[in-house]
Amino acid sequence: MKRREFIQKTAAGSALVLGGLSLSSFAEPETKKITILHTNDVHSHIDPFPIDDPKFPNMGGAARRASLIEQVRREEPNVLLLDAGDVFQGTPYFNYYGGELEFKLMSMMQYDLATMGNHDFDNGIDGFKLQLPHAKFDFVCANYNFKNTVLDGIVKPYKIFYKDGLKIGIFGLGIELNGLVNKNLYKETVYNDPIGTAQDMARTLRHTEKCDLVICLSHLGFIYANEPNKVSDLVLARATKDIDLIIGGHTHTFLTKPYIEKNSAGEEVIINQVGCYGINVGRIDFTFEKGKKSKMGSKTISV
Amino acid sequence: MRISKKYNTYRSGFVLFLTTALLISCGAPAFYATAIEGKKLPISAEYSNNHAIEDYVAPYRTHINKDLDSVLVYCPETMDKTNTINGWQTTIGNLLADVTFDKAATLIKTRENRNLDICLLNHGGIRSVIAKGPVTARTAFEVMPFENSLMVVALKGEQVMEMAQYIAREKKPHPLAGMLIVLDENDSVKTVTIQGKPLQPEKIYNIATSDYLVNGGDSMTFLGNAVATYDLTYKLRDVYIDYFKEVDTLPIIRTERIVTQKP
Repeated sequence: MKRREFIQKTAAGSALVLGGLSLSSFAEPETKKITILHTNDVHSHIDPFPIDDPKFPNMGGAARRASLIEQVRREEPNVLLLDAGDVFQGTPYFNYYGGELEFKLMSMMQYDLATMGNHDFDNGIDGFKLQLPHAKFDFVCANYNFKNTVLDGIVKPYKIFYKDGLKIGIFGLGIELNGLVNKNLYKETVYNDPIGTAQDMARTLRHTEKCDLVICLSHLGFIYANEPNKVSDLVLARATKDIDLIIGGHTHTFLTKPYIEKNSAGEEVIINQVGCYGINVGRIDFTFEKGKKSKMGSKTISV
Repeated sequence: MRISKKYNTYRSGFVLFLTTALLISCGAPAFYATAIEGKKLPISAEYSNNHAIEDYVAPYRTHINKDLDSVLVYCPETMDKTNTINGWQTTIGNLLADVTFDKAATLIKTRENRNLDICLLNHGGIRSVIAKGPVTARTAFEVMPFENSLMVVALKGEQVMEMAQYIAREKKPHPLAGMLIVLDENDSVKTVTIQGKPLQPEKIYNIATSDYLVNGGDSMTFLGNAVATYDLTYKLRDVYIDYFKEVDTLPIIRTERIVTQKP
């Protein structure tokens, strides 16, 4: 805690100094760093898997995840902790408490933002809303129109965060619910085209809001091998621009490392998804430099 | 440091404000992302348990375990889906089909005033044995870990015939109730009897099954051609748990639903 305050004071101090010397050409370029931590499809997995589990022996667990997050927060001043949906369903914790414990633990871990997965409708849109008082973080989803539902005005399209003077815009995208979730659960939620919505969102965040970083929190799925044209994070990345990072979910894809794809303007977009059940946490660090506008290829991406 | 502890947001907010204000007022150049680094952090036992989280979860876990492990019913003999009766039925499949039939019949009668004729589940959907001895709610979670719910579909007799042919072709002891399929020596469908009466191709029959199968699971495509579908909004697992609470001892049901007629 003291370290974090110190860093923030130092940052303010250096800004003051730089402000005074802004015309001097010998000023060193100032750098800032934003650390994104993310999970997806945790599916109510609060306890670690048993030691004799055939697939994930002794992996995962909320208490360990909290320690990992705490460790990163101790080392990095500007952390954003995000979840790409399907917080609910998968263990008796959900059957017994309807998602209350999941939201409470995520709040204790200080999650900043999440998007909605299809399973987050499993107790109905009303069941989801019922648990929201336990979540000290917001949900965003830009392509679900909640106008005629209980989530109207509660789940917003995007949210903007300020970290160390940088502006970070994050919007959410949800998967088509028809065929995946019973209509009597999602009710009057209207699904809109994710690509068109994403392009509008990215333009707004990048050019109107002038965000330094634009992140899409998606529950569309990484890719559908049998239906390559079906909307997915890869299709989304190729078809849009002004998005820096897509954090995905739904397909439970264990990417060995973040995937780099070219967007419609030929710029690089990073896509990441870290499997499911709280087995992994993804981490993406963005280093910003003052005045160094990145030209194509001048960005160094190491994954 | 406890994870639940909040940082001083007012102060950091003020610092951020100052920083931003200074940068803007001096017309400082903007910041651009120049380096990006990504990695995956596996959550292994090398991370110690965060005590605040662990302590918070403990009472929830205790309650669930106590509830899941309380004895609901006694099972007199291990029911295992791999032990078939003449290849075409199992004691666990018979039990689940009969129990599901009874619950669905009551609900569809009360809600829609319809009579249930058949129950069909899938052999693959039975995920565990019911072992001899005390049976708990945890057993129900093991037998039925999926969130599948109970549905009733109305099918024409000819589609019910397709169902019988599917079962004969698949050669799997799918849990079945309300229906008797007689096969010839080549495992072709010879006769189909529903509620003791021969199948009528034009008649509409009501079949209890799971939403998984209605939505195309296990290639039971005939269920997708239903003339009507009723979602009973009742999880299959809860069907079993509620039944376990009603009886003292589970019956071992050996009646045959699919019979091969010797020439």
